[in-house]
Amino acid sequence: MKRRAFLKSSAAAGAFAGAGSLGLLSFTASKNLKHITILHTNDVHSHIEPFEKDHSQYPGMGGAARRYTLIESIRKENQNTLLLDAGDIFQGTPFFNFYGGELEFKLMSKMGYDAATIGNHDFDNGIEGLYAQLPHAEFQFLSANYDFSNTIMEGRVKPYQVFLKDGIKIGVFGLGIELEGLVGKDLYKETEYLDPLEIAKETVKKLKQDEKCQIVICLSHLGYSYRSEKISDMKLAQQTKDIDLIIGGHTHTFLPQPTIAQNSEGKNVLINQVGWAGVNLGRIDFYLDDSGNVDSTGATIIV
Amino acid sequence: MKKFSFLLFLFLTSCKFSSDYTPARIEGKQLQITDSIPADESLSEFIQPYKENIDREMNQVLSYSSFDLTKRDGELNTAIGNMMADAVMELSNPVFKSRTGNSIDIVLLNHGGIRSSISKGPVTTRTAYQVMPFENEVVVAKMNGKYVRQMVHYLIDAGTAHPVSGLKLEIGKDNSIKKVLIKGQPLEDNKDYYVATNDYLLNGGDNMVFFSNASEVTDLDYKIRNLLMDYFKQQDTIAPVRDYRFIRIN
Repeated sequence: MKRRAFLKSSAAAGAFAGAGSLGLLSFTASKNLKHITILHTNDVHSHIEPFEKDHSQYPGMGGAARRYTLIESIRKENQNTLLLDAGDIFQGTPFFNFYGGELEFKLMSKMGYDAATIGNHDFDNGIEGLYAQLPHAEFQFLSANYDFSNTIMEGRVKPYQVFLKDGIKIGVFGLGIELEGLVGKDLYKETEYLDPLEIAKETVKKLKQDEKCQIVICLSHLGYSYRSEKISDMKLAQQTKDIDLIIGGHTHTFLPQPTIAQNSEGKNVLINQVGWAGVNLGRIDFYLDDSGNVDSTGATIIV
Repeated sequence: MKKFSFLLFLFLTSCKFSSDYTPARIEGKQLQITDSIPADESLSEFIQPYKENIDREMNQVLSYSSFDLTKRDGELNTAIGNMMADAVMELSNPVFKSRTGNSIDIVLLNHGGIRSSISKGPVTTRTAYQVMPFENEVVVAKMNGKYVRQMVHYLIDAGTAHPVSGLKLEIGKDNSIKKVLIKGQPLEDNKDYYVATNDYLLNGGDNMVFFSNASEVTDLDYKIRNLLMDYFKQQDTIAPVRDYRFIRIN
């Protein structure tokens, strides 16, 4: 199969109704097809309620309870679904000022989030403030490049986790942004920031070779792209291999559709970020084939 | 026959190691969360008491504003900015004095830090959250007069109505200093002054680099937003005005 990238404008309003129906229409390469769905958010920033109806940019949009309805409808369609968040769960509405993130974590747990990475604003009540809310989070925090060894968060954050869905191993690892200059040292304390690129290479190798993952996902709070040399999701995609999907955050980037980048081996990597405040939910559907016919250049990507 | 096919099925599935699977096709899209999606009732009900508690507190009336206050009503000082800087002076000084025995000479905040206007009518807790959504706290920097002079030049170069209190500054059309007084007295280069600001600006926010010369810093552990709420509670009505503390003269 030749690598093709169909560019199709995503009519977002109609996406809710017709989301999964396209799935298998034209795809008959193998009878043994497995379907994994990844749903994701980023930079929700305590936006638990929808925006006001007269809001200038996002009138009436967002809201945790509506997001949950959508998530549940997709789960009914495909039970092999993972729900992920790319950080900055905290800060932005009085819900955070009043309850310190308790409600955010409780709602994410009720919605069945599987994992989240840590954003810079998740340190806004200090590393103690984040730690204090952990009992309310029934999902795993992932960060491969924050070393929490000398902090109270030690042992509470994993570099990666392997999820098994329908026999498919999905390796998810987290990456966080450099905290110095962005967050007060008194807040992040002895949290050590390690080079995301090096850590990503090591972690992906582990996921691919030792854990034998068929899908590798990076949950990143590095930011989509910068004019400067600063590491970003775009740079990460281009300078690594074996990552299938980068779910991004931090830059509050609204993409018309997920970005297809080329990795260091010339293979496709999908990058997606869904703005902020829970205005959008990202949906990535993986169809896996065991026919051995998949071209070395990688999967067909339709965005 | 049935049994055979079942065994065959087992045989086939056991041969098909899942590790043979590779992504063959990937589809990606953004789904908008619009009001056409019904809210999940169980989640809405769970949120409700949290929301009611916040609303109850947010809607609490603390004071009353006689008119609309915006940060755009003056070139070098504004009514809302003057109110905020004066509130910091009035409410922080007793705390600072009780901790150190010294008094605050100057208050400096930043114009960009006034995050909302205040509408005529009831002033509520929500108003304080809108004006000051950040968690910044009052800090007092001990600054030598020559660095206070740098601060004065910063204010002149910025040409912005950064909120000040305790400082009187008159400049000419050519930005020359006509008068600079600290608590009514001329600025002295060899004297130390206590400048109250917030932790964001102390750390160089809004390019206020002169704060790096502070010889001593006292944290008051007093959030600006809480200070504003305390200030509003003390005032039956707020009616701040633009005045002559920082002006351009002919």
